Amino acid sequence: MIEAPVSKDQAAAEPLVRIRGVTKRFGSFTANDNIDLDLFAGENHALLGENGAGKSTLVKMIYGLIAPTEGTILWRGAAVALKNPEEARALGIGMVFQHFSLFDNLTVAENVALSLPRTESLKTVPDRISDIASRYGFALEPDRPVWTLSAGQRQRIEIVRCLLQDPHLLILDEPTSVLTPQEAEALFGVLDRLRGEGRALLYISHKLDEVKRICDRATVLRHGKVVATCNPREESARSLAALMVGSQVKDVKAAADRTYGGERIRVDGLNLPAGDMHGVSLQSISMSVRGGEVLGVAGIAGNGQSELFAALSGEAAARDANAIRFDGGAVGADGVTQRRRRNAAFVPEERNGHAAAPDFSLSENVVLSRHAESGVTRSGFVDYGRAQNLAGSIISSYDVRKAGPDPAARTLSGGNLQKFVVGREILREPGVLIIDQPTWGVDAAAAAAIRQAILDLAARGAAVVVISQDLDELFEISDRIAVIHMGRLSEAKPAGAVTREEIGLLMAGTASGDARAH
Amino acid sequence: MNVQIIELVLVTIVTAATPLIIASVGELVVERAGVLNLGVEGMMIAGAAIGFAVAFLTGSTFLGALAAIAAGMFMSLLFGILAVGLAANQVASGLALTILGLGSAGLAGASFVGQKRESAASLYIPGLSDLPLVGKLVFGEDMFVYTALALVIAVSWFLNRTRAGLALRAVGENHGSAHALGLPVRRTRMLAVLFGGACAGLAGGYLSLAYTPFWSPGMTAGRGWIALALVVFSSWKPWRLLAGALLFGGATVLQLHAQAASIGLPGQVLSALPYLATILALVVLSLRNRRGSIAPGSLGTPFIPDR
Amino acid sequence: MRIDLEPRAGRSRIAEWVAPVGALIAAMLIGGLLVAALGKSPVQAFFVYFVDPLTEAWSLQELAVKATPLVMIAVGLSFCFRANLWNIGAEGQFIIGGAMGGWIALLTHDGVGQSVLGSWWIVPAMLAFGAFCGLLYALIPALLRVWLGVSEILTSLMLVYIAQLFLDYMVRGPWRDPKGFNFPVTVNFDPVATLPMLAPGGRLHAGVALALIVALAAALVMARSLFGYEVRLVGSAPRAARFAGFSESKLTLAVFAISGALAGLAGICEVAGQIGQLQPSISPGYGFTAIIVAFLGRLSPIGILVAGLVLALTYIGGESAQVTMKLPFYLTGAFQGLLLMCVLAADVFTRYRLVIQTGRRA
Repeated sequence: MIEAPVSKDQAAAEPLVRIRGVTKRFGSFTANDNIDLDLFAGENHALLGENGAGKSTLVKMIYGLIAPTEGTILWRGAAVALKNPEEARALGIGMVFQHFSLFDNLTVAENVALSLPRTESLKTVPDRISDIASRYGFALEPDRPVWTLSAGQRQRIEIVRCLLQDPHLLILDEPTSVLTPQEAEALFGVLDRLRGEGRALLYISHKLDEVKRICDRATVLRHGKVVATCNPREESARSLAALMVGSQVKDVKAAADRTYGGERIRVDGLNLPAGDMHGVSLQSISMSVRGGEVLGVAGIAGNGQSELFAALSGEAAARDANAIRFDGGAVGADGVTQRRRRNAAFVPEERNGHAAAPDFSLSENVVLSRHAESGVTRSGFVDYGRAQNLAGSIISSYDVRKAGPDPAARTLSGGNLQKFVVGREILREPGVLIIDQPTWGVDAAAAAAIRQAILDLAARGAAVVVISQDLDELFEISDRIAVIHMGRLSEAKPAGAVTREEIGLLMAGTASGDARAH
Repeated sequence: MNVQIIELVLVTIVTAATPLIIASVGELVVERAGVLNLGVEGMMIAGAAIGFAVAFLTGSTFLGALAAIAAGMFMSLLFGILAVGLAANQVASGLALTILGLGSAGLAGASFVGQKRESAASLYIPGLSDLPLVGKLVFGEDMFVYTALALVIAVSWFLNRTRAGLALRAVGENHGSAHALGLPVRRTRMLAVLFGGACAGLAGGYLSLAYTPFWSPGMTAGRGWIALALVVFSSWKPWRLLAGALLFGGATVLQLHAQAASIGLPGQVLSALPYLATILALVVLSLRNRRGSIAPGSLGTPFIPDR
Repeated sequence: MRIDLEPRAGRSRIAEWVAPVGALIAAMLIGGLLVAALGKSPVQAFFVYFVDPLTEAWSLQELAVKATPLVMIAVGLSFCFRANLWNIGAEGQFIIGGAMGGWIALLTHDGVGQSVLGSWWIVPAMLAFGAFCGLLYALIPALLRVWLGVSEILTSLMLVYIAQLFLDYMVRGPWRDPKGFNFPVTVNFDPVATLPMLAPGGRLHAGVALALIVALAAALVMARSLFGYEVRLVGSAPRAARFAGFSESKLTLAVFAISGALAGLAGICEVAGQIGQLQPSISPGYGFTAIIVAFLGRLSPIGILVAGLVLALTYIGGESAQVTMKLPFYLTGAFQGLLLMCVLAADVFTRYRLVIQTGRRA
């Protein structure tokens, strides 16, 4: 274990938060195991770890959402047992959530008011929001309903919520995961000011570059245990990654020289009105993907990715059959099953409840996307024996770890279920694969396996569209990258010839010269 | 038609609308908190039976009304334990409550069938109550009518102007976020359910204490279900509830008058009017809101706090 | 102290059986308290309700006859409930099925229309037309939901009242037996328009066998067919069902059609097999009790078969308790409501573990 590099004045000072021997068990599963952690005023402390390493559990205990099974949390030297977040906030602990805990149909002011102590008057809230916003240099309209705001603006509401209570400790859970690189820059500026005011920041992330740039110390969690506390500036991204993962992650390898076949996916001026009032409408989307090629679609969450996936998969059929062609056949007006019959396969973003039914067994989940195949159903009846065989071959080919012979999908870990879902589609040897967020919330080893499977499929001649918010992933596996912004898709550019900055600007919608967007 | 008849018709519309207003304003709060309690009919009939029994035995309408409220709250407590505490399916739990309510009200009221008592007295302010057209309408109603109006005002103020009302709306909108913020989701919902029960009980009590002078086993006659429809019809806004309930009160009165005037249509067709009107109202409403639902975001979905 | 629900890792087969049985026992215990509160003996009530009807041949047959409509309706409802759709108007579909099927019996009364084909077709036509009209009646809420997004819960329930008023009007008006001394009933159905008996002299009519066939066929469809898979998937994970390529609208119409047809079939079986004429009320609330049957049977057709017999027992036991113990008629209804509540509570425990935390370690 690497020793914590605590600076001299920190050693002298009393830590703001001192966590000693904290353990949290859920049934037989130990999410946090004997954690020790000190947080000092005026430091930006990173909490690093893979998905499932126990970061969220730890901060939920600090924020009073759940109680530790064992161990002590000390606030300014005194042991505290927080019953709920309200008590945490009263002490001076604030938290900005990854998935914003906002209410879409309430206004900005109402959202902020909800997190204020009961003694505060509702009437002064709008003025106080404007005060804070101007102090830290950003704009926020108190009377706007939240659903009209961008992700960056929503995050500001969360931050304002916390700052109104003048917190001593601010916890940020993966704050940049929904931001453009430019919005992230602005956030870092705010964080620097907050630290300068003597507040402690606990910054949860798995983005090593960010942590190296803005954090003073880092605590690394793996399998619920603290494996190291270090100064991230003195570590390399590689050494930090090794601490997080525990072993070197295999690099994903693309075939040395790729050869492209003929055009397999063609989208021409696809328009699709939004399904509901919170949705995004797709506007004149065009793309072309050849066999053997991976097209990456970048973009910030909520810019039409799920709508694009629905349009390509046939969950939302277009009016014009010719708008989408697979292998030359017009499929725009077809449903999912008809498109599958044309040898297309789809993997949506959400595993539980979209790609798979959580309460169904794995073999039943095979039927979900493959019921149109001969052999799986015969004259209206399902051959569950055949489904079981197929499940077995998916499980062995993709090394899916599970308990019991044919367990319910929800009992699998995120990474294993994703491998199963991806395997279910790729084992069909599809000619066209549309995949949305292939490695979202998946551990590093499983992510590498999934990316490799995608590349291998393309090498065998399939055309692949990968929609992802993870730019690292897109640069790793795409041949060309396009950006989706407010329902419009930019022209695809070769991945080798485009920079992150260019993509970032496109994601923010500022590079296209398309000022009409707002 | 002379002024007196118009006044009479208006007064009967108001009395017919009153139980609908009281029951639906309670259910509105429940649904705004994200809970769908289909058991309004069951809670109403329980309130009607217990309210009549207590009023008959004590001779006091006021005690009867209190007992009706208590009966409705007890029934809603059972629902709350099931649907809020144990996160059971809300639709099925509500149906169970309706069946249980109809059965146990019949049980409790069995010995009171056929008994009669004096209905609740109407307000009488000399001078004002005698004003033409509006006198009886504004100054000559019974206490239930004024209570109904006060409830609408209070609920509207509570939901839109108070912090607790804001928290309740937040819980109904998105219980996951509300929980993450530390709002007590289950406690809020339980209290809302109890309030809904109290209102339904009072609405039932109105039927047996003021609307008619007796108790009979099927006397709610689907009013609980119509109250549920009214909440949808009002788009979950208290003031629109008032308009909807008066509309339905109107349909009921129209039917009664048409039957009395024997306009040639069979009685059954006229009796079916309120139910047909309910379906029609739901259809009209959905035509108006084709673009998306305006229902509270987590309405009807059970909440289980994550670990 | 706080109480939390913790999801169980897997659903055990044993729990699936223990839960409804436990719920039944719990409801009996609470019901016993209710009886004691009424000043009667709970033990005696238990025997009158649940034991005595099982000891005599005629009451066993009566049990099967009473269970028939409950099973038929509940099997249909299980398709709806599995798909997370709430047809709570089966009572109305039952009434329409009974009324419209019975109409054919009235039309063919006294040999009318039998000169060409004879009379063999009358009963099949009654069954088919009853089921068909039940189906159409159930499609009203289904279509309103699919087209306009109107909640099927409220519309299907409103249609119950309308169906009751319709039957009431018909038997008091156009269909009344002119020689019936002004009683609001139709003529007695001819023997060719009543269901044949399974055994001579017994009480079991052909509808009983039909209910059994319906349950077995439904079990096969639910467990093995792609349609059954679709129904379960739509109810369990609607978004995944869309991804699977299943149309929610078509499925909504299909399950409402099935449950409406089965409720209608149950209605005409009750009229043509049990009552033998039309009267203002042809159901003691079978359509609502069937909801309880469906849940007690855990929405599985075989379970429903057993649950139908249990609820039929409460009807028969309730009738004799009224006579022998002077227990109020409404006790049965209260017990049925209690039972459904207990079933729903028990179901929660098959999916979750109850965790009671007292105090916390600092």
